[in-house]
Amino acid sequence: MPSSIRVRATAGADVTEVQALIQHPMDSGFVKDANGAIIPPHFIQVLTFEHDGNAVFVADWGAAVSKDPYVKFSFKGAKKGDDLKISWVDNKGATDTATAKIQ
Amino acid sequence: MRPAIHLACAGLALAALVVGVTHSASAADTPNPVTDAKAFQKYFTDKFPKLKPEDFVNGPYSMDEDMHRQWEEKEQFPPYDFALDLGKEMFSTPFKNGRSYADCFPDKGIGVRQNYPYFDEKQGKVVTLELALNRCREANGETPFSYVGDEMAALTAYMAFTSRGKPFDIKIPNDPRALAAYRKGKEYFYTRRGQLNFSCASCHVQEPGERIRAEVLAPALGILNAMPIYRSEWGGMGTISRRFTTCNSQTRSVPLEPQAEEYRDLEYYLSYVSNGLPISGPGARP
Repeated sequence: MPSSIRVRATAGADVTEVQALIQHPMDSGFVKDANGAIIPPHFIQVLTFEHDGNAVFVADWGAAVSKDPYVKFSFKGAKKGDDLKISWVDNKGATDTATAKIQ
Repeated sequence: MRPAIHLACAGLALAALVVGVTHSASAADTPNPVTDAKAFQKYFTDKFPKLKPEDFVNGPYSMDEDMHRQWEEKEQFPPYDFALDLGKEMFSTPFKNGRSYADCFPDKGIGVRQNYPYFDEKQGKVVTLELALNRCREANGETPFSYVGDEMAALTAYMAFTSRGKPFDIKIPNDPRALAAYRKGKEYFYTRRGQLNFSCASCHVQEPGERIRAEVLAPALGILNAMPIYRSEWGGMGTISRRFTTCNSQTRSVPLEPQAEEYRDLEYYLSYVSNGLPISGPGARP
């Protein structure tokens, strides 16, 4: 099973720019399937990016975030070669983690 | 006064189009694909003089500056990435009998997308890449995939990816049936149908770059080079079959079965007139 997380982190002169793409259905719980039955809610609740033991980006997500979400942000204090740890937890308790080297 | 002038212009354009259509219909008995393709490409390059021919494979992103910027950003992390990985894995996983997709295709299926569809002189029919993939599965005792499903999209995405940059190279062999398939495809493309009375050309030849509701219409030139595509509207990947069937239902006509002979001929025609333009698939569209 390939990772559900794609991440690219690039260290610039001042800030490190992070882009991530996460594969997740992000079902809101308000949509019906072809038979008229409600598709149960299934979405990521917490997304965390950690650098050197510190959370540099934490997102509390809900039903309004799109399927296969994309995130872009930047932070200070990292350098090339550092590890960036990404993890998410969804409302069914499922989770995935990935670690990327900052380029 | 102005609206009247515009109306008159539109009337003239329509008249010109009608003349064009009847002309091509009367000459349909002896179509000349080479001059057809030249005229087709010239129409688009004249309409969009700023674009290079290879820009057309990026569809609406070449037509709108703002969309182009968004697309450049998106291409750094393309939404079809997951399908591409799945396709690669599927392509390299052998069937139960030990053979694999690679055994069904020339050059082991790598970098061959630009040669599809081709005319099979044995069967006297057009064979598309999607059809060839399912025939490969059936020949190896596997059940065929849905032509509009994610598996087929993933497989064709991977095969297109390995062919990126290679110019479309569709051949019409010296066989009257091949020319007939081309002619039927062309006829399908220009024939109006459905409750809205649209032909494929109504949108993709007459109005590329214009908006249809919030979306920018793609030019017919190079439209298949980017297939399969991740449509944000669909929230997922779509094959050429999916594109054709949904286009039909959006004009409120009854879609044919995916990979029906008419669709295969249409794909043959539409790919042929984009000959020389590079494969850019898999693509991402809004």
